Amino acid sequence: MKMMSMGAMVALSMGSSSCTPAQVEEFLQKRFREMTGAEKKEVIRRLEETYFRKYGKKFGISTQPAESGVLWGYGLDLSRCIGCRRCVYACVKENNQSRVNPQLQWIRVIRLKKGSLINLENAEHYYNPETVPEPGFMYMPVQCQHCENPPCVRVCPVQATWKEPDGIVVVDYNWCIGCRYCIAACPYKGRVFNWSEPNIPAEELNTDVHYLGNRPRMKNVVEKCTFCVQRVRNGRYPACVEACPTGTRKFGNLLDPSSEIRYLIENKRVFRLKEDLNTEPKFYYFFSA
Amino acid sequence: MEAWIFFKRTVRMVFVGTKVYYLWCAFLLTIIGVAITFYAKQLDAGLIVTNMRDQVSWGLYIGNFTYLVGVAAAAVLLVIPAYIYHFDPIKEIVVLGELLAASAIIMALMFVLADLGRPDRFWHIIPVIGILSFPNSLLAWDVIVLNGYLVLNTIVPIYILIKTYFGKEPLKKFVIPLVLLSIPWAVGIHTVTAFLYNGLAARPFWNASILAPRFLASAFCSGPAMALIIFQILRKTAGLKIKNEALFKVAELMAYAMFINLFLLGAEIFKEYYTATIHLAPMQYLFQGLHGHHALVPWIWSAMAMNITAFLIFLIPGTRKNLITLNVGSLLIIVGVWIEKGLGLIVPGFIPDPLGEIYEYLPNINEIAISLGIWAFGLFIFTLFMRIAIPIQRGDFVHSKYGKVTIKRQYEQIKP
Repeated sequence: MKMMSMGAMVALSMGSSSCTPAQVEEFLQKRFREMTGAEKKEVIRRLEETYFRKYGKKFGISTQPAESGVLWGYGLDLSRCIGCRRCVYACVKENNQSRVNPQLQWIRVIRLKKGSLINLENAEHYYNPETVPEPGFMYMPVQCQHCENPPCVRVCPVQATWKEPDGIVVVDYNWCIGCRYCIAACPYKGRVFNWSEPNIPAEELNTDVHYLGNRPRMKNVVEKCTFCVQRVRNGRYPACVEACPTGTRKFGNLLDPSSEIRYLIENKRVFRLKEDLNTEPKFYYFFSA
Repeated sequence: MEAWIFFKRTVRMVFVGTKVYYLWCAFLLTIIGVAITFYAKQLDAGLIVTNMRDQVSWGLYIGNFTYLVGVAAAAVLLVIPAYIYHFDPIKEIVVLGELLAASAIIMALMFVLADLGRPDRFWHIIPVIGILSFPNSLLAWDVIVLNGYLVLNTIVPIYILIKTYFGKEPLKKFVIPLVLLSIPWAVGIHTVTAFLYNGLAARPFWNASILAPRFLASAFCSGPAMALIIFQILRKTAGLKIKNEALFKVAELMAYAMFINLFLLGAEIFKEYYTATIHLAPMQYLFQGLHGHHALVPWIWSAMAMNITAFLIFLIPGTRKNLITLNVGSLLIIVGVWIEKGLGLIVPGFIPDPLGEIYEYLPNINEIAISLGIWAFGLFIFTLFMRIAIPIQRGDFVHSKYGKVTIKRQYEQIKP
């Protein structure tokens, strides 16, 4: 019965135009969490072929799961950030975001007049001085806060987004129906939408990707920061942490008592953005000086 | 066999009509045709052809959706007095109201589909073969209640019409429980739709508990306003039996509904402006403009003027009981509530965005064309429904055993 209705739907939605077997398989593909190991392998093989045809490049697509005993947390030192946006561009490069039409970025650095921190209404998003930092201003980078209680996950009507065991909030780009309810629900502007087919010059593609992370996306699906799931599950820092010239950005395992992030939480005066919303972010802002 | 003959006859029926009927259908089909070309473009290029962006991620489509859910809810609520007092004389109204509700729901669902980035993955939301995130996602609730409502509002009128066609009385034991069920269900669909926005702490403009009551109050205005106009058109063109007294009674109820709507809005405006916290910003954007951005200001003030004028028209017996002023009032409400509950509700939810950015949104030609197409489609469906329903109810279109079938182009008017 299930197969019949599926078949009917394939016929209905794709029957008229010609389509390749790969497209049919993609159409019928299950949600990532429901796939067996063998199904995942098959999907990865097909995806690698598709990417090769599309971009002429060989991709390595990881499906590496979360390690047990790990809960990722992020620290951001507001007294060090100079607002240079190197993190923004390192992120775009690492995570294969669309470069133009639309230009998507997972990190947003806002400029705030000194003296105001909580009211973001006067935040400037498109500041563009000759040099940074500027006197009288501070800078606050904001990205997905990887909430323990993420409102975006709760509202998704098809469970296309979820919190992984290591605390990373991910999106199954092949399951997202593009309703954008999660964008409306996020208090941090942590999600962006591929309003058209992403535009990335082939030579700038990062081919070292994770299925739930930085693999190239398709039009009309949502995407977001994954703490660079492809890197952090391989013992590397997120790209933004590496790119930061001032050491503003810290990253580590919240469950490891000897980690830097734990040290910061215990010894600095940390706060989390919009804590009043009870979203329990795992993204800690602090002032070292 | 009989069913097949009935079906064939109904198909024949919709192809026969007056010149006005043909022109009207041709007009709607043209709009639908144009809209399809725009939708094809949107499917191909993506939602980038709209003016929506990450900052304002819902727009005209979702505004229309919200409005039409209200119309659908209110159309059935017209039925309440019918059932409380008598069943028989008002059977016509039940059928009409429920078919109007069904048409409005079809439009509302089409607006969601138009807004959906990946309609090809629509099956993901179907329970069993896909995943419907019930009860966590309010959108899942909405999918369930809207589809249930659609089924309810097609079963009842179709049942009544078929029974009437065969010259039989509809079984009250079957109809009345379903109609009674559809009344709380109507309240339910609009409440769930309000909760869809209401439940988002990230959007203070929507995160006010007054939203659901406001939705219901404004629906009680816009839905009946649409029904008043439609009833009069059908009385002129299709020979629908409806008395002026009934129209005036509905208009009186609308005056109360509009009062409650304005009162609730006033309560919300007071709370935001008097406390003047940072959560005032969206309302300020809507009514006054914010940091030099004023796109919605003329719209909302026109809506306010329309709603208040209409309220006065419907409040004063002299203007309420005059068909000309009644119709002016109805049109003002249809447009006024559409602005207030469409763009005026959806867009300020996103402005300023959670990080304080202001992106001004007004729909572009693609969104307007697709929206008009969906409205045209809904009106077209409703027109066909009426083409069948009214002759059946007048007793002109019945099974041959009970009378002569007359497929007439024009039905003489019954004096109001």
